[in-house]
Amino acid sequence: MSTAMSIQLAKNPEPWAGFTSGPWQDTVDVRDFIQHNLTPFTGDGDFLAGPTPRTAALWTRVLDLFRQERASEKGVLDVDPTLPSTITAFRAGYIDRDQELIVGLQTDAPLKRALMPNGGLRMAQAALTETGREMPADLVAWYAAHRKTHNEGVFDAYTPEMRAVRKSGIVTGLPDAYGRGRIIGDYRRLALYGADRLIRAKEAEKTATDFEPMSDTVIRQREETSEQIRALKAIIAMAATYGCDVRRPAATGREAIQWTYLAYLAATKEQNGAAMSLGRVSSFWDIYLQRDIAAGRLTEEQAQELIDDVVIKLRLIRFLRTDEYNQLFTGDPVWVTESIAGMSLDGRTQVTKSSFRILHTLRNLGASPEPNLTVLWSEQLPEGFKRFCAEISIGTSSIQYENDDLMRPRYGDDYGIACCVSPMPLGKAMQFFGARANLAKTLLYAINGGRDELSGEQVGPAGSVVADEVLDFDAVMVRFDAMMEWLARVYVSTLNVIHYMHDRYCYEAAQMAFYDREVTRTLGCGIAGLSVVADSLSAIKYAKVRPVRDARGLVVDYHIEGTYPAYGNDDDRVDTLAVDVVGRFMDKIRRIPTYRNAIPTQSVLTITSNVVYGKKTGSTPDGRKHGDPFAPGANPMHGRDALGAVASLTSVAKLPFDEARDGISNTFSILPQALGRCDSDRCTNLTNILDGYFAQSAQHMNVNVLNRETLREAMAHPERFPQLTVRVSGYAVHFIKLTREQQEDVVNRTFHGAV
Amino acid sequence: MARVHSIESCGLFDGPGVRMVVFLQGCQMRCRYCHNPDTWELPGGTVMQESDLVARARRFAPYIRRRGGVTVGGGEPLLQRHFLARYFRDLQAEGFHTALDTNGYAPDDALTRQVLASTNLVILDLKALPEDYPSVTGLSGVRTFGFLDLLTALDIPTWIRHVVVPGLTGSAATAAGLAQRLAGRRNIERVELLPYHRMGLAKYAQMGLQDPLPGTEPPDAAYLAAAAEPFRAAGLPLQP
Repeated sequence: MSTAMSIQLAKNPEPWAGFTSGPWQDTVDVRDFIQHNLTPFTGDGDFLAGPTPRTAALWTRVLDLFRQERASEKGVLDVDPTLPSTITAFRAGYIDRDQELIVGLQTDAPLKRALMPNGGLRMAQAALTETGREMPADLVAWYAAHRKTHNEGVFDAYTPEMRAVRKSGIVTGLPDAYGRGRIIGDYRRLALYGADRLIRAKEAEKTATDFEPMSDTVIRQREETSEQIRALKAIIAMAATYGCDVRRPAATGREAIQWTYLAYLAATKEQNGAAMSLGRVSSFWDIYLQRDIAAGRLTEEQAQELIDDVVIKLRLIRFLRTDEYNQLFTGDPVWVTESIAGMSLDGRTQVTKSSFRILHTLRNLGASPEPNLTVLWSEQLPEGFKRFCAEISIGTSSIQYENDDLMRPRYGDDYGIACCVSPMPLGKAMQFFGARANLAKTLLYAINGGRDELSGEQVGPAGSVVADEVLDFDAVMVRFDAMMEWLARVYVSTLNVIHYMHDRYCYEAAQMAFYDREVTRTLGCGIAGLSVVADSLSAIKYAKVRPVRDARGLVVDYHIEGTYPAYGNDDDRVDTLAVDVVGRFMDKIRRIPTYRNAIPTQSVLTITSNVVYGKKTGSTPDGRKHGDPFAPGANPMHGRDALGAVASLTSVAKLPFDEARDGISNTFSILPQALGRCDSDRCTNLTNILDGYFAQSAQHMNVNVLNRETLREAMAHPERFPQLTVRVSGYAVHFIKLTREQQEDVVNRTFHGAV
Repeated sequence: MARVHSIESCGLFDGPGVRMVVFLQGCQMRCRYCHNPDTWELPGGTVMQESDLVARARRFAPYIRRRGGVTVGGGEPLLQRHFLARYFRDLQAEGFHTALDTNGYAPDDALTRQVLASTNLVILDLKALPEDYPSVTGLSGVRTFGFLDLLTALDIPTWIRHVVVPGLTGSAATAAGLAQRLAGRRNIERVELLPYHRMGLAKYAQMGLQDPLPGTEPPDAAYLAAAAEPFRAAGLPLQP
């Protein structure tokens, strides 16, 4: 048979040929398509294929690019300082055109970052300057004269109080000068329906309000829908530069992956968002891959190769960010979060062969923080898959787990995780990201009458400094409650300003194009320092805490007499204090009106900011000294959980998810030899721990299986550990990209099972 | 009531699965390689109610009920047999798997049998050949080997442990003698050889005690392999 002949025979099928029909054909409904067409897989990982020589060679080139990137000023290989990014701003870029199966880069070259000034011109300029580059003067002048940015809008509306909480660090990481992220376009829609069909649907949405009275809401919706249609057209043009006709639906597995990726890529060309998550794509892709395999068009090796290739692309996503941002969110995180597995509402598992394939990239390409592979864990997941996850976790420390049995009843069976721990039904809900408030500092403000314990400035409402020789629990709680109430008001109001301006000056058209017309919006507030607060309150209640005042009359230190029960030991005396604080702050948040009637939520999550928060927070009544890092997320404080891992996890599991719907992050670190005597025991033990933790209705667990010695060695010889990955509150990071202080923090953090 | 030295909520070595391990206070033996001298003295430890320890297991049930369980070790748990009998009975009634981690120094009497009636697994630490017990532990080995016979007679699933201390235990002769005494016992599910380590020495220093084995180093791979050989040859289920 001639080559020409075989190409002709291998002509693409009709896009939907062989799929089970259903309502998904009439309306945009990816979930319905998945429910009708998914092939659950209950076996183990024996079928998987290793990397092909092509994959290995391409990956080697990328590793070399990573090496060059690390060696570059501020870890930035290249930036185009002249061309503000849009979906279509850059011509097509490649790593090695002939060797790539899935194509598309954010700019015209790999790891070359793009300028995105719409979030904030000054931020973009600062980020450029830090890498030794300058934005051309005429471009700066043009922006100043013609294009207001999100950041300028925010500062037009900020009150003095908002500026003060921002400056003192009681609220940190606000998305007022960078993209808010936490929006997951349902990028699968481009593959299943093609852009033409999606544009038609959007046009129909617009037409539906043609004769409605033009209220603010309707006008805004019409404008946004028009922006979305424009973005879809831009995506068609951008895809065409890569030779892809995305006007029509994808017809093969390769096209399904390519189309999905191009839709996602468009989002990353348009937005420098704090978290640019991918959704729940692997089992969707599986339907196409299995169809090709069944038709004899694709082998297992080729299917794996496609997934390996798109994962290589996802590992290349980069944004230009400032030092200040990187302090909070270290290691160049993008949060290309991919949610894997979980169960369907009807009891079938959503584990497919492609759930295995995407996790298998951690072996074929080695460990990596991105994409942020997130397993939606259910007790009902097939045992073979559970063990496979455990094996990969033990080998790579690159997976996080979230409780599908907890979230599925609340969000259905087609939700994804944005960023670290934020669940949202795909294409239906988005979040107004709210960074986090420092509750430990809030407690200090309560004790110091609203004055900052470091600067001495009056930031909170003016009151007296506690005069007692020994802190009285009830009196402190009254003060703390009032201070939380004040903070909740300022905090939520600040977020309202931010998101109003973000919608106005930095709207995410490329992402929202893959949403329904009716969007549920949540306001994702957050808290940091929970374990510090719980232990401080416990110390005040169960031990004797004597405040130490300085010359200014401010309490700056505490002497503790006696002992107190610490959070992390399954001791209700203190765990109930932690639970109370979470619910109490959430209640106060709920009372403040929100922009666009967003549903208020909060997270207990820190990313890597637990270290920065520690620096910005004075000594606390639990005995923690000024500058010492907080525990990450909802973790108990380092070394205070004395009864072992299960007691520690049990304490965290008591935090009520319904009072923290934006997620409760817990990082579980254990020494490999402490997890069991042999590989098989380690897998069994890890799956038992995950089953146990999630049966307690906990939400999230990062799993690190690491030796301290390895980490210390990596600190001394970073060049030998380019891919060493650790999970930090809600995401993962290349260990060698952490700051020295953050590395120390990871090394010192409780590793369970020190013999 | 029990005198408890400490609790480990996530024990992954002392029995199958994830286990809550209760370490009881007090031990009659003074093994020269002991790495927990702080568990020796009775009285000592924290007095805890049996009902509280059952409640504690209940709270950890999602981790330990299905595939793990509760292990009581020490110190020497059989010094507190009245507590053990009640505790294991109550745990089993709630569906928990029970394991006893012991040196086996207990009389064969009604109370011991009562404990064993509610014990799913015994982890029996054989310190030496009977004749070497006095020099290794300070006590006779007769009771321990009698206990081993009792476990076999009652057909109680048993894991055997032996700590390998160069120059003291785990020699080829000791291993061969132990293997010979274990061979053919159908209740033996596992044999584990644990290499001596020196991490307990900090406790000795803290307590103002002398290092009982000065200059002794952990066994090397060859020493461990030689110790393992007789067990393997006897067809015993040796764990790697």
